[in-house]
Amino acid sequence: MFERIREKLNILADAAKYDVSCSSSGGTRKNDNKGLGNSHTSGICHTYTEDGRCVSLLKILLTNHCIYDCAFCVSRKSNDVKRAAFTVDEVVELTMNFYRRNYIEGLFLSSGIFKNADFTMERLLLIVKKLRLEQRYNGYIHLKTIPGASDELIKEAGLYADRMSINLEMPTEAGLKLLAPEKSHADVIKPLAFVQQNIVQFGEDKKLIKHVPKFVPAGQSTQMVVGATPESDKDIMYTANTFYKNFALKRVYYSGYIPISNDSRMPILGTQPPLLRENRLYQTDWLMRFYGFNVQEILNDENPNLDVDIDPKLSWAIRNMQHFPVDINKADYQMILRVPGIGVMSAKKIVQARKFGRLRIDQLKKIGVAYNRAKHFISCADSPYQLKDYQGTEIKAFILADSQSKYLKTAQNQLLLF
Amino acid sequence: MTYIFDGSLTGLLTSVFEWFERKPGKVTLKSAEIFQPEAFAESLEIIADQGKADRVWAGLQKKLQKDWLRKFYCSYLSELPDAYHHLFQFSCYIFQQQKGAENNYGNEHVIALSKYAKSVEREKHRMEAFIRFQQTADNIFYAGIDPDFNVLPLISNHFKNRYADQQWIIYDLKRKYGLHYNLDTVEEVSINFEKGSAQQNLTPALTDEKEQLYALLWKDYFKSANIVARKNTKLHLQHVPKRYWKYLTEKQLS
Ligand code: SF4
Repeated sequence: MFERIREKLNILADAAKYDVSCSSSGGTRKNDNKGLGNSHTSGICHTYTEDGRCVSLLKILLTNHCIYDCAFCVSRKSNDVKRAAFTVDEVVELTMNFYRRNYIEGLFLSSGIFKNADFTMERLLLIVKKLRLEQRYNGYIHLKTIPGASDELIKEAGLYADRMSINLEMPTEAGLKLLAPEKSHADVIKPLAFVQQNIVQFGEDKKLIKHVPKFVPAGQSTQMVVGATPESDKDIMYTANTFYKNFALKRVYYSGYIPISNDSRMPILGTQPPLLRENRLYQTDWLMRFYGFNVQEILNDENPNLDVDIDPKLSWAIRNMQHFPVDINKADYQMILRVPGIGVMSAKKIVQARKFGRLRIDQLKKIGVAYNRAKHFISCADSPYQLKDYQGTEIKAFILADSQSKYLKTAQNQLLLF
Repeated sequence: MTYIFDGSLTGLLTSVFEWFERKPGKVTLKSAEIFQPEAFAESLEIIADQGKADRVWAGLQKKLQKDWLRKFYCSYLSELPDAYHHLFQFSCYIFQQQKGAENNYGNEHVIALSKYAKSVEREKHRMEAFIRFQQTADNIFYAGIDPDFNVLPLISNHFKNRYADQQWIIYDLKRKYGLHYNLDTVEEVSINFEKGSAQQNLTPALTDEKEQLYALLWKDYFKSANIVARKNTKLHLQHVPKRYWKYLTEKQLS
């Protein structure tokens, strides 16, 4: 009994880990029935794996049996791996007991497709209902939408889940067709759109009637695998941008492909996962969501791929020196935000602080500006007089020289945000 | 001139009151615990006075935005000697300025407080994340901690709201007091540990029979979730500094 549950957990956690989404944020569920758990708007990472990724949810598959054969997936039908399946009660017990010990923020439940889509979705629904209704569990639940499941099941699941997601898998339809001929982006778009419509509908009803239940309050997300197929960074980010816009997604995740098979259509086993590239994509994602950049400014036909040696914010600045130097004491917030070396927090502090007098270099440093980087792009009260205007390329060389040691020491896959 | 106070929040606020009473010019505030008399420096001992402290606090409430009251309190909970001084100077500064002066990030005390608050909030957040309860034989969920700052007052509500249907104790082993939630309210408690008994992690004799099973399953899970091809020890350590490992079930051997 003991050993059987251990084995199942090992198999089904191992198979679930390639879904990189771990966020437990955006939940608003309160513990107002004196049950167990609530969600924290910003989410909590309870621990970190040795590869530095946050662990906030118990992320498991209900089963890794699957009738499909997607080439990029460890659970594909033709793969020779051990198979297992949890019972409904096992998932409920594990979730409750992990949660009570403060190991996790909640449950991330996905599944291989067993028998058919509805059969699988029904089981998932049973679990979330049991947690919410019988166990009075109010912790976070991220539930995978099973492509092809009926609208009724998806809609009912949305009443209990905080977030739902369904993965695009490959950034373009062509890429997907190459590796999973049975699938298409349309299978993903349909349920994404259906859940989105319901989120909007419930939201509107809520304005009129007070006791409308929550429906997927933390919104939807999706994931794309990067580097399995030959798409450019532009392809990837344009797809992401479209999905953010059309389905009001909360997050798009980019998962550097880790070779798991000898399939000749994909990078061979042992190839390093493209972690730096993944990092640059996330940086671009942040620039779009929090820094007011249009994706076309960062990636376009002249620049279809992101620079490897410098981050996308710096790349943009160097290509657009006509906007600089920015006068820290006068420029508007949006422009200050675009300065390399200034993050959201620092930009906010700057616009507050300058009301009390013109800001100097030492104050900027204390506020948290990475001055060595920012100095090429700003002027402030005591900026040194500059004899000549440097070209973008020269500035890039200065910054690289300056940060060389740091870059070399930093592991390739470390997520540095500007 | 040095003001010496008793280390309490009441004492700290009283010292601000006293300064405005006397206007003695430049003053350094120190807690009695670390104060070492110097031969030629003048000093004044501040007697904590609830009435005076309340007036100062009410004044701060009028002057400051709400998030700054929190920053003020967090800075105090850092228990750092320099923080006390900055809190004192910050208060004097705030009372002498127009409303809104807390946004002057060019001011050294404003910056200092926002930094202390950030550290304390980070520690609070870490405790909310890294505390691991063990279920005792009498069905109480116990966790022993020794945070860098005095964060129990800050985490109490979080745990009360979240773990409303289970009894729990979170014990600060360094400051020798804890919080006990009895399914209704949270009370301060102190525990007399038997000499030599493990306080951070309870021995199996004291825990529920299922405790070891779930600890083991959690450790298994932690191992399975790792992707070897992505190993990045530096990033891992940055997120979970070694000094927190002792809390983490998943980091315990065996
Ligand atoms: S359907 Fe899902 S679980 Fe099944 S092989 Fe494809 S990606 Fe894997």
